[in-house]
Amino acid sequence: MPLMETLVKPVALKTKLCAERVDMVFHRDTKTTEVLNDINLEVSDGEFVCLLGPSGCGKSTLLSIMAGFLTPTSGHIRIDGEVVRGPDPRRIFVFQERGVFPWLTVEGNIGFGLFRLPRPEREQRIAYYVKMVGLQGFEKTYPPELSGGMKQRLEVARALAVNPDMLFLDEPFGALDSITRLIMRGELLRIWEAERKTIIFVTHDIDEAVQLADRVVVMSARPASVQQIVSIDIPHPRDISSPRYLELRDGIFKQIGLAHRV
Amino acid sequence: MVGGIADLVRHGLLLKYVVASLFRVTWGFVLAVIFAIPIGLTIGWYRRAQMAFNPIIQILRPISPLAWIPIAILWFGVGDLAAIFLIFMGCFLPLLLTAINAVQSIPLVYINAGRNFGLRPAELVYRVLYPAVIPKLIVGLRITLGIAWLVVVAAEMIAVSSGLGFLIVDARNAGNRYDLVVAGMVLIGIIGLLLDVGIRSLERVKSFRWSYSED
Ligand SMILES: Nc1ncnc2c1ncn2[C@@H]1O[C@H](COP(=O)(O)OP(=O)(O)OP(=O)(O)O)[C@@H](O)[C@H]1O
Ligand SMILES: [Mg+2]
Repeated sequence: MPLMETLVKPVALKTKLCAERVDMVFHRDTKTTEVLNDINLEVSDGEFVCLLGPSGCGKSTLLSIMAGFLTPTSGHIRIDGEVVRGPDPRRIFVFQERGVFPWLTVEGNIGFGLFRLPRPEREQRIAYYVKMVGLQGFEKTYPPELSGGMKQRLEVARALAVNPDMLFLDEPFGALDSITRLIMRGELLRIWEAERKTIIFVTHDIDEAVQLADRVVVMSARPASVQQIVSIDIPHPRDISSPRYLELRDGIFKQIGLAHRV
Repeated sequence: MVGGIADLVRHGLLLKYVVASLFRVTWGFVLAVIFAIPIGLTIGWYRRAQMAFNPIIQILRPISPLAWIPIAILWFGVGDLAAIFLIFMGCFLPLLLTAINAVQSIPLVYINAGRNFGLRPAELVYRVLYPAVIPKLIVGLRITLGIAWLVVVAAEMIAVSSGLGFLIVDARNAGNRYDLVVAGMVLIGIIGLLLDVGIRSLERVKSFRWSYSED
């Protein structure tokens, strides 16, 4: 047993992503907006982290910086010890459903990032991920003919198909109805448990964060800094009426200053 | 009018005129497409270029292509080249503006997604930029081909001595043959319609169709 521990622990605690003193200031015309203020954060390999904060605080900005789409004004992001200098297929950003390419079929979208693979392998992977996200029968369909939830699953499948080791999800289920949203959360957890990717998930839904994450990073209003990090020590599948769940959730509500106002 | 057309057909003139007009339209239009679209896509991609070129474009834009007729004749004399030049001038700016606008309205998420999957710049152009701008370009091509067909008729009235525009002025000058004038106009209308139908068939290509079915 002690031997097991020494074998498992270092792996589980390996740092995947590290934000070091990240500041972001936008300049537009004469207006300057300070969006991120001294963000420091460490995310372990295989961890599921939710970024939670009020609308407009800078969550998407932080996620775009982590994914390499934006360069911070100062500070930097390290992934696997290397400073991020741009987007990389080893870490895929999921843009809600808006990122699927409308000019490609379901198959075309899922295969989009697989262009360097030989054809048989590519087709095999496409078929695998079509099945994983339950889009069988829609292989030749174009996205405008899919529902919002199907487009969302399609974009997740496109991301998973290139076998990234990180996923950045920006309010991926925000536009879905509450039933589909619950199903999608279950699916995402299932995928995460099967493939153990490091996931950074932006949301402004407290329940969503507490249901999904290993840790919830609570961000302050703009300019955003890390206000608190809450570890959710409840194993999956989580019982959302358990006292511990409610305690953690209410703690976060208080933290954000909403406790007695709702 | 039917008699007029029959006359023309008998003399083999009709086919000759139709071919002459289509020949000029094709060259003027195709040359404009070849130049305007790559230039427009490039200008649209680089915001600075757009700011630099915008004043020139805005000054040239309100000038009717027909205002170029004297210059066309000065440079190219009376003949096919002058007509082709006029059509080119009529098509170039609308196509340029279409291409600039098409690039600028590509949602940033598509470009970011493309970059995220590790596309090199050339692959990004071919696999994201190009399909993303195609629907807008097709609309622009359609409108511009209509313009080209308008311009060729006007150009032929002045700058050449063949083609359907020439047929109309010539029929009037040579003894007020208004039956031929009307016949010429009807033909122009029909051919214009056929050109439009032809280019609209592009809109039915499946992978081009996304922007028409959505919002
Ligand atoms: N490119 C930009 N130029 C100028 N300001 C920007 C830019 N992008 C974002 N901002 C500003 O930065 C702030 C944070 O935006 P961001 O999209 O990161 O917020 P968010 O936390 O994701 O909000 P939401 O929950 O509503 O999505 C906003 O005030 C926004 O106006
Ligand atoms: Mg956001």
